[in-house]
Amino acid sequence: MTTALDDERRIRRIAFSHNLARWDVKISPYLYISPFFILFAITGLFPLLYTAYVSVHEWHLIGGEGAFVGLDNFAFVLQQPPFWIALRNTFSIFLLSMVPQVAFALLIAAVLNENLRAKTFWRMGVLLPYIVAPVAVTLIFSNMFGDQYGLVNNMLGQLGIPPIQWHSQELPSHLAIATMVNFRWTGYTSLILLAGMQAIPRELYEAASIDGANKPRQFFSITIPQLRPTLIFVIVTSTIGGLQIFDEPRLYDQYGQGGANSQWMTITIYLYNLGWGQLNFGRAAAVAWLLFLIIVLIGLLNLAITRKIAASSDITRVAPTTKPVESRKQKVTI
Amino acid sequence: MRTSRRTIAAIVAGAAAITLVATGCASSAGGGAAADPNEKITLTLATFNDFGYSDEMLAQYTKAHPNVKIIQNKAATSNDARDNFFTKLGAGSGLADVEAIEVDWLAEMMQYSDKLTDLSSPEVDGRWVDWKTASATDPGGRLVGYGTDIGPEAVCYRGDLLKAAGLPSEPDKVAAMLEGGWDKYYSVGQQYVEATGKPWFDSAGATYQGVINQVENAYEKNDGTVIATENPEVKDAFTSVLKASDTLSAHLGQWSDDWTAGLANGSFATMLCPGWMLGVIAGNAPAISDWNVANVFPGGGGNWGGSYLTVPAQGKHTEAAKEFAAWLTAPEQQLQAFTAAGTFPSQVKAYSDPTLLNATNAYFNNAPVGQILTDRSKAITVTPFKSVKYFPINDALQKALTRVDVDKSQSISDSWTQFVSDVKALG
Repeated sequence: MTTALDDERRIRRIAFSHNLARWDVKISPYLYISPFFILFAITGLFPLLYTAYVSVHEWHLIGGEGAFVGLDNFAFVLQQPPFWIALRNTFSIFLLSMVPQVAFALLIAAVLNENLRAKTFWRMGVLLPYIVAPVAVTLIFSNMFGDQYGLVNNMLGQLGIPPIQWHSQELPSHLAIATMVNFRWTGYTSLILLAGMQAIPRELYEAASIDGANKPRQFFSITIPQLRPTLIFVIVTSTIGGLQIFDEPRLYDQYGQGGANSQWMTITIYLYNLGWGQLNFGRAAAVAWLLFLIIVLIGLLNLAITRKIAASSDITRVAPTTKPVESRKQKVTI
Repeated sequence: MRTSRRTIAAIVAGAAAITLVATGCASSAGGGAAADPNEKITLTLATFNDFGYSDEMLAQYTKAHPNVKIIQNKAATSNDARDNFFTKLGAGSGLADVEAIEVDWLAEMMQYSDKLTDLSSPEVDGRWVDWKTASATDPGGRLVGYGTDIGPEAVCYRGDLLKAAGLPSEPDKVAAMLEGGWDKYYSVGQQYVEATGKPWFDSAGATYQGVINQVENAYEKNDGTVIATENPEVKDAFTSVLKASDTLSAHLGQWSDDWTAGLANGSFATMLCPGWMLGVIAGNAPAISDWNVANVFPGGGGNWGGSYLTVPAQGKHTEAAKEFAAWLTAPEQQLQAFTAAGTFPSQVKAYSDPTLLNATNAYFNNAPVGQILTDRSKAITVTPFKSVKYFPINDALQKALTRVDVDKSQSISDSWTQFVSDVKALG
């Protein structure tokens, strides 16, 4: 009897500690990663949901919560021409900054990837603009891009080119702002691409050299296809950043409202004007959510493209590298 | 298991700490009675443009109050100061102990006068001109702002440029030449432009400011009804200034980098000059010796701007801040600020003070600025009514002027149409 009881106890104890061990295995990993999710819930999810709550109410910056108005704020914002202008400007600045930025960054990364003297010096050098505070960059650039007495127009004048209206016209103002963004981010992007390039197996280049492919051919046929995952990462992150651009347009003139005719008013500036200029938080929150939805939409689009590329990347990866090698083999054997 | 439990505890503690940090800034209690007078405290002072509060002047206060340390923050424009003020007033924290506010958004702020400390005290009774105090007093009789300066306007001009155009350049003769209404100012300008081919004034925006500040009810009726888009006076001012600007303006947006460069490089010959503008000119064109002030203003007199100091109730040391604000706005200190930056006093006692009346400004060729601005303030006959929508409407109108004058991207009538829809969108 006693032995039976002991046995039962032992079994139960084993069972319990067994359970504990099982729980440990099952639960602990979640606990280990939970700090991120807890932080995210506080600093990401909560503001997101709270903004949604604000956006369906009348909400004054100082007066606070007013009546529930449903989707009125969204309807109002969508009917405002400035919203669509802001959307246009945002995409224009985004494209003007992202396309040249990735192109230049690829080039710089390719050069840095070569056997240079004082490698680390150059690599750190391209990162320098990134360290400078964006506010300082903007103040200096917006002075340089003055319409009448700016440095850039002075230099153009020396060359006999008529001054460009950097502030009063849409496209020049977008270009000027895109220049600031590029100045700041190109070095950073280059380093990420450089890291991607260093992970490309050297054998591919050796094989290509043996096959007689010159440097540009190697760059386009090996480096770029191999860089695809890195490029997609760069494009996704710069899309999110580009659509939220604020510092540069905000400090581009003395008022910071995106120009008298909204020439360079981005979505975030429009949001700021509504929330802090007109003190209307409800409408500002609606704009914030619309921006969020746009970013999600573009994110999904990116994901779809990425998947497609990932699915086909195995073939593309093999194709350019093995084909020439095979044909060479054939040549040798025949 | 033990590890897990500890982990939970750590997570909970961590989360609690983060929550505390996150909410801590929102829950700082307002008020704060006059504590130990010798307690070491730091008072922050937020101003914009140039109030003339030099470090030396602030040092006088810290010398008399060794326990106080003062930090002054200057915003570049009144717009920046306004955004900052309302954001932090709404958030309930983050404002300086003493915040400067401008008369254009005073009415907007008066709606939330309960978030500001009542500053009335027998010590400051009758310190300011009546209208200055009246607009900073809420319906409950609480005085929430101490007046600093007012902005009686004169005309600043470049003597060398007028001379080159064959026009008089002595202050008295310039004043006599410009005596009259706006048409006179524009027609003399026309002569100058014809003689030199160079612009007469800096911008349509600044000139419009001078015109509209002579209109009693420009954008709002006394009951607060918005009439900006129907008021013929506003449309007339808008059209006439822009028509004149076509040939007379240097097409510089006020406060832009080009505009500050224009102050120094002689791109225009005259500009409207409220007292506080003297400091702005001297600060941005230190190497120029030809700026002067004429004792004249188109259409008589006008007041442009002027500010107050407030003590937000959210501050930790409201009593000390109130004392500091009272000191800053005392006639003696305001006179020092006037000497430094040309900010013309709103304090009654200062008007009879020889420091003011005999004040000359070396930068402006020793112009008797004290006497000129006193005369200009006496010529002011209209106090414009500014209610809660004044600032956003005026802001929209300034943008409309900029579209035509600076950007040249719209015609006068197109720009007006957009202004009308902008005012509607303010809702």
